[in-house]
Amino acid sequence: MNEAPEIQAEDPGIDEAIEKLTPEKIQSVVQRVLTKESAARLKVYLETCVRCGVCAEGCHTYLSRNKDPLFSPVAKVKQTVWELVKQDGLVSPETLRGMARIAFTECGACRRCAMYCPFGIDISYLIMQVRRICSLLGVVPLYLQDTTNSHAATMNQMWVNQDEWVDTLQWQEEDAQLELPAARIPLEKEGADVMYSVIAPEPKILAQLLGNISQIMTIAGIDWTMPATDGWDNSNMAMYSGDFEIMGRVERLHWETAARLRVKKIVMGECGHAYRGAVYDGPRWLGWQFPPIPMVHAIEFYHDLLTSGRIKIKQKYTTPVTVQDPCNTVRGLNLGEKLRYVVDALCENFTDMTPRLEHNYCCAAGGGIINCGPPWKRSRMLSNKVKANQLADTGAEIVITPCHNCHSGIEDIIGFYDLGMHTKFISDILMETMEKPEDLKGSAGE
Amino acid sequence: MYELSRGPLVWIAFAIFFFGSAYRMISMARMARKDKVVWPYMRWGPGLRSILHWIVPFGSKNMRMRPAFTILSFLFHICLLLTPILTVAHVTLWKESWGVSWWTLPDTLSKVMAIIVIVGALTFLLRRIANPTVRFVTSPSDLVLVVLVMAPFATGLMAFYQIFDYQTIVIIHMWTGAIWLAMIPFTRIAHMLFFPVTRGYMGAEFGFVRGTRDW
Repeated sequence: MNEAPEIQAEDPGIDEAIEKLTPEKIQSVVQRVLTKESAARLKVYLETCVRCGVCAEGCHTYLSRNKDPLFSPVAKVKQTVWELVKQDGLVSPETLRGMARIAFTECGACRRCAMYCPFGIDISYLIMQVRRICSLLGVVPLYLQDTTNSHAATMNQMWVNQDEWVDTLQWQEEDAQLELPAARIPLEKEGADVMYSVIAPEPKILAQLLGNISQIMTIAGIDWTMPATDGWDNSNMAMYSGDFEIMGRVERLHWETAARLRVKKIVMGECGHAYRGAVYDGPRWLGWQFPPIPMVHAIEFYHDLLTSGRIKIKQKYTTPVTVQDPCNTVRGLNLGEKLRYVVDALCENFTDMTPRLEHNYCCAAGGGIINCGPPWKRSRMLSNKVKANQLADTGAEIVITPCHNCHSGIEDIIGFYDLGMHTKFISDILMETMEKPEDLKGSAGE
Repeated sequence: MYELSRGPLVWIAFAIFFFGSAYRMISMARMARKDKVVWPYMRWGPGLRSILHWIVPFGSKNMRMRPAFTILSFLFHICLLLTPILTVAHVTLWKESWGVSWWTLPDTLSKVMAIIVIVGALTFLLRRIANPTVRFVTSPSDLVLVVLVMAPFATGLMAFYQIFDYQTIVIIHMWTGAIWLAMIPFTRIAHMLFFPVTRGYMGAEFGFVRGTRDW
């Protein structure tokens, strides 16, 4: 672990794309984005920044890389946006290559630095402008671009076909019925109270989560449904790759599917960026001030099920746990206290992290970073040593991660730094602790 | 030369400051309309709450994490803003010209405050050079700016103690002060104008849209 990090990994999505570019091509796109798409915020942020550098304390990348000046938030802006503005966009493809690396792999758009900048400059917004420019020039890490292509072609992130989607739901329904015969996954039920939506990795690689929710919904007695058509995926990697046109299409279909099913609200699984895409970035791109119907995040949903007594805890989880506050639902939605209520209700032995709540360190996987794939994994690990130390200090064995990016990203960190822990979703722990009423166990008669 | 500096120069500087600031603020507010996500989410309640946390010493976590820098930074900014307004010699000039006057600082305190500004500016300069994180994002203009901000205070003190030729120093003092004032809207000192806007907007984004806190 002592060798120097290979800062610029090989990535065909970036390296091959820049070969087709010229400084003039780059300039035309930069000018379009900086003059037509971004306006007051960009200008005011660039002119207000006094280069004081106190944002550095907010960034896990900077802190993890031994306070290397190259990785502070303001340094990332200097090496990208300032340079683009200074050169009026006329930069070499090689320069753009470095900018793509910074924007896609060294900033997770977690917005922690906005809480450390005295002026509240939205540095992650500035970095997103760079991603936008890169995306319009076709310079996007290959794995991340693949997820965007998948969104464009299938309206979900992981190339799940419609028949596979329905088949997976039915398989998981049957699996859930092995434990709870009354369990159902109602498809296409118009007028249900709740549409449940998930991110594509659930059917693709974590299908048991669909079985989990089937049991939870059945026990809680929720009138719910899932769509059998496209529009079931609430994830949105196009939001992070800079392809905002695709981002808008994905979010529109998601909301239109809920409208078609005439549900009262959407409940979503344990994912952070999906909330951000569906409730903040998506509607703004579509020109809606707020989403048309309410969206409830899993943390809040479980909290309400527990406080209302719709689900009861039979036996608390005894293994020592800690909890990761995801940026998009704790810093972005203030669910930190509700998350702790849920964890306390489920677990006997809970140690909190330091720092915590909205000041928690980012998982360094969200914001599209983990989606940049294997070429950037090592860099991602080196960029989050501070998280490894923070985890180790808790002495926990299980890290509860109510977000898919946090879940995978922290599991990677645990492996890389050999911490001897594992990550779990809240629903995994609910499966082990929840009371399963006898009448539901017997009613399917199989 | 003295009459010119005392008369037209000061008024020109004030005019540039006031009209320039108004122009910057109005054009930004208009441009924010083009940036369609600014005004629909702007709420002054949560915005002011955030501003309050960032103008009160130790009101934010980052300030608590670096107490020495916080104290120096607050002292520097308070002295920088108040000393020119409340110094006896300045108020006397206002009284002679316009017949208005207001409460003034005791001379000793004025001197101490000017010294604090100079010490603060020198510390910031030193920090820019010595701290690698700050040095990486520093350009020569940042250094020049700090020197320019410091200049009226240094010359003011020199005039007070009658160091060097008094008349010359007073004229330099007036010129540097005028330049400083006129530069506010058009250089990075504009952070003074934009602070309530950027902080307020982020406060609204955190407080109103997301229901959370940004300090």
